[in-house]
Amino acid sequence: MSTTTLDTPRDSQTTGRRDIVKPRRKGVVSGGVLTTVTWILALVFFAPVAWMVMTSFKQENVAASNPPAFFFEPTLDQYKAVISSDAGPYFLNSLIATGVSTLLVILLAIPASYALSIRPVKKTSDVLFFFISTKMLPIVAVIMPIYVISGQLRALDSIWTLVILYTAMNLPIAVWMMRSFFQEVPGEVLEAASMDGAGLIKTLRSVLIPMVTPGIAATALICVIFAWNEFFFALNLTAAKAATVPVFLMSQMTSEGLFLAQLSAASVLASLPVVLAGWLAQKQLVRGLSMGAVK
Amino acid sequence: MSTMTETRQRRGATGTGPGEAELRRARRRDGWSRRLPLLPALIFTIVVTQLPFLLTIWYSLRSWNLLRPDGNIFVGLQNFIDIFSDSTFRVAALNSILITLGCVAVALVLGTVFAVLLDREFLGRGIVRTLLITPFLIMPVASSMLWSVSMLNPSYGMVNWVIGLVGIEPIDFTSSAPLLSVIIALVWQWTPFMMLLILAGLQAQAKDVLEAASLDGAGWWKTFTLVTLPQLRRYMELAVLLGSIYVVNTFDQIYLMTAGGPGTASANLPFYIYQRAFLGFDIGQAAAMGVIVVIATIIIATFALRLIFRSFDDKEQA
Repeated sequence: MSTTTLDTPRDSQTTGRRDIVKPRRKGVVSGGVLTTVTWILALVFFAPVAWMVMTSFKQENVAASNPPAFFFEPTLDQYKAVISSDAGPYFLNSLIATGVSTLLVILLAIPASYALSIRPVKKTSDVLFFFISTKMLPIVAVIMPIYVISGQLRALDSIWTLVILYTAMNLPIAVWMMRSFFQEVPGEVLEAASMDGAGLIKTLRSVLIPMVTPGIAATALICVIFAWNEFFFALNLTAAKAATVPVFLMSQMTSEGLFLAQLSAASVLASLPVVLAGWLAQKQLVRGLSMGAVK
Repeated sequence: MSTMTETRQRRGATGTGPGEAELRRARRRDGWSRRLPLLPALIFTIVVTQLPFLLTIWYSLRSWNLLRPDGNIFVGLQNFIDIFSDSTFRVAALNSILITLGCVAVALVLGTVFAVLLDREFLGRGIVRTLLITPFLIMPVASSMLWSVSMLNPSYGMVNWVIGLVGIEPIDFTSSAPLLSVIIALVWQWTPFMMLLILAGLQAQAKDVLEAASLDGAGWWKTFTLVTLPQLRRYMELAVLLGSIYVVNTFDQIYLMTAGGPGTASANLPFYIYQRAFLGFDIGQAAAMGVIVVIATIIIATFALRLIFRSFDDKEQA
C-alpha cells in the first residue's frame, strides 16, 4: 500500500470504486425489497383516491355497503347524474375565475419580475419581502372589509370579485417564481439584443419571453391549481350566480345527504382538471410551491 | 432585520454600477424606467391586500353588528378586552397551534421518508411519484368529503373496515376525535408538498461528499444522519415555513369535516372568525380577532422570514 501512495489519486479511486461496487451488489437484493416497500407505501397513500374513483362508478346501494364492495358492476349513472344536475354554470364560473385571474397574474408578474431580476430596481429584496409578507396575512383578517366593500360596490355574487381576489392571492407566488426563472437568463443574450438596438418591448418579446416560456407555463399552472381549488372566498362572496365548483361540491354534500357514489363522481370531475395539470408538470410544481426558493 | 436589508440594498446598488457615472437626471430617469414595470403589480397588491387590512383595524375599534345597523359606534379597545376573556377564542387559538404543529411535523417526517425512498432508481419510479403527489392536487373540498365520509365514517368508512379486520370496534372519528380527523386529512394533503421539497434537496446534494462518506466506510444510516440531514436542513426549514403558512389558514377541512365541533372542540382561528363574522354578523369582534391573528403572525413570521431569506441569500451566493 505504502508504495502506491505516490500515484494515489487514480489508484485509490479505482479501489474505491471496487469498494462501492460490493455494497451495490448486495444492494440489488435489498433494492428489490426497498422497491416493494416503496410501491406498497405509495399504493396505501394513494388508496383513498383510488377508492373515491371506484365509488364513483358504483350504484348508491353498493357504495355504502359494509363490508366494502371491491368487485361490482361499474356504471356511469353517477357521472350522468352529476352532469345533468346543473353543474355547468359552476364549472363555467370556475373556468372564468381561474382563467382570467391566471392571465392577469401573468400579465402583471412578467414586468414585475423583469424589474426584480434583469433590470433590477434598487430595493429588490425589500419588494420581494413585501410580496411574500402578503402571503402571511391570514385571509380571515381581510374577509370582513372585502365583504362589506363588495356589498357597497354591489359586487357580491360577481365572478369578477373572485377574479380580482384570486389575482391578488396568486401574484406574490408568481412574482417569486417567475423571478427565479428570469434570473437564469444569461445576461449576455440580453446585452447582445440591446446592442443590436432592440428596444425594451422588442427585447422582451423576441428574446426574453421565448426563453422563459417554460417558466411562465409553470407559474400559470400553480396559479390555476390554487384558483381552481379555492373555497373560502367563493363560499363567502358568492351565491346562486357566481358560485364555483368547490361550492357546487359542498352543496352536493350537504343538501343531498349520503348519495356517496354521486358525491364521489362529482369530486372526481371537480378535481380532474387540476390533477391532470399537476401530473403533467410535477417538476415545475416544486418551484412554484417553494416560491422559487428551490431550483 | 435592518442589517439584512442594508447588505441587500448595497448589493442592489452595486448592480446599478455604471449608472453612477452618469448625470443625476439620467439616473433618475433610469430609476423610473426600472421601477415602472414593477408598479402595476405592486400597486395592485397594495390596494387589494393592504387597504382591506387597514379597514379591518378600523372595524376592530368599533362595536358593529350587521343585525343591529344602528349600533356602529367607536368603542376603542373594548373588542380586544372582550376577546381576551373569551374562552372559545383561546380554544381556537390552541387548536390552530395543535393542527399546524401536528400536521407540519407528521407531514415532514412522512414526506422525508417518501423522498428518501424516491431518491433512487427503481422500476416505476415516475408512477410512484405521480401517485404520491396526487393527494396534494385533489380539491380540498373533495378530500375533506373523502376523509369524513368514505374513509372515517363509522358504518361504512374504509378506515373503520380496516381496523375492524384486526378486531377494533368502529370509531366515529369526526365526532369522538375531531382534531385527529382533521389532522389526518391535512397530513394526507400536505405530505406530498413536503416530499417534493425534500426530494429537491436530496437531488441537489453534493455527490462527492456522499461518495467520500461511502469511501470512509460509513453505513447508510450514518451517511444519512451525518451527511444528508445537515445538507437537507435548509430545505426542511423552507418546507416547514411554507407548509405552516398554508396550514395555519386551514378552513376547508374544518368547515366540511367537523364544522368546528362537537361544540367548538375543533374550531381553529380562521373557522372561529368566520363564524363570528358570517354567522354571528359581529364585524367588530371578528375584525379584532383578525388583527390579533395578524399580530401573532407578524411575530412568528419575523423569525420565519429570516430563515427564508437566509436560504435565499445562500443560494444567490452559490
